Amino acid sequence: MTDLTDAQLDRYARHIILPHIGGAGQAKLLDAHVAVVGAGGIGCPALQYLAAAGVGRITIIDDDNVSLSNLQRQVLFSESDIGTPKVKAAKTALAKINPDVEVAALGERLSADNGANMLAGVDIVLDGTDNFAARLAVNDLCHKLKTPLVSAAIGQFQGQIGTFYGWRDDAPCYRCFVGDAFDAEDCDTCAENGVLGAIVGMMGSFAAMEAIRVLTGFGEEQTGRLHVFDGLKPAMRTMKLHKDAACSTCGTISG
Amino acid sequence: MTHEHDVMITITVNDENHEVPEGSTVAYLCRDIGLDPEKVAVERNLEIVPRSTLEEALVRAGDRFEIVHFVGGG
Repeated sequence: MTDLTDAQLDRYARHIILPHIGGAGQAKLLDAHVAVVGAGGIGCPALQYLAAAGVGRITIIDDDNVSLSNLQRQVLFSESDIGTPKVKAAKTALAKINPDVEVAALGERLSADNGANMLAGVDIVLDGTDNFAARLAVNDLCHKLKTPLVSAAIGQFQGQIGTFYGWRDDAPCYRCFVGDAFDAEDCDTCAENGVLGAIVGMMGSFAAMEAIRVLTGFGEEQTGRLHVFDGLKPAMRTMKLHKDAACSTCGTISG
Repeated sequence: MTHEHDVMITITVNDENHEVPEGSTVAYLCRDIGLDPEKVAVERNLEIVPRSTLEEALVRAGDRFEIVHFVGGG
């Protein structure tokens, strides 16, 4: 386990003083490797908080370049980044936040074929991609690799988030929630439907919180819990999600 | 199919009262309100009804349903 330096004891003092995290929890964060898929509206704030929290290794996966219409919500980027690969701009921004963090920038689209290599050795995957096809592909990879998945999604004023351990006997996966009807839907749902930037920020920092929960074990365990946030009210509902025995990813019987 | 002699039961869907014939399935309820059960999640009393059971799970009087439309943006 990592011994904390004097500078780290100072930098992470507000974590270390938390009884649920402490020096041991901070050391776990420094030893951890998190992959963030999608450096967009959810990915940007998630990356900021994960880097600030001292997650030792972060892999960023995104094949897109920064555009002007991203800046309404993708808070890691500035106007001078327009046209630059998101992973490159994000890596530069994270280095300024926390030099403790080793960042790998993978400027490729994750797929069922290349994904296993991209996610190998990762402790947890945080999915903030912008379409169902990618989300389901990430879910299926995490199931195969037995890697916990924090899946956070937004649309307009709504956010949906859950932590999935679908390879376990009694735990659902993301596909248990959405089913098989969306594998082909790879449209950019933000562009089609719009989204309030501040709500994306909430879901991104929520996702970072859940990744840190998995890594340090603070608070309540989240298996089989799905949170739906409605920004119009605002209010959050938490519901139980069961493993679907006929799920085509994690189920035990064929549908 | 609703017939005159059906016994109707009252439930709530997204906080509004709704009636369906006794013996209706959750999938029937979805179609009754114009939704494809393949494309939504149905929450009953704070639990999501497992997708593969929607065609068999029966609606019970007093159930509180919320329909969850998926969002996939990031």
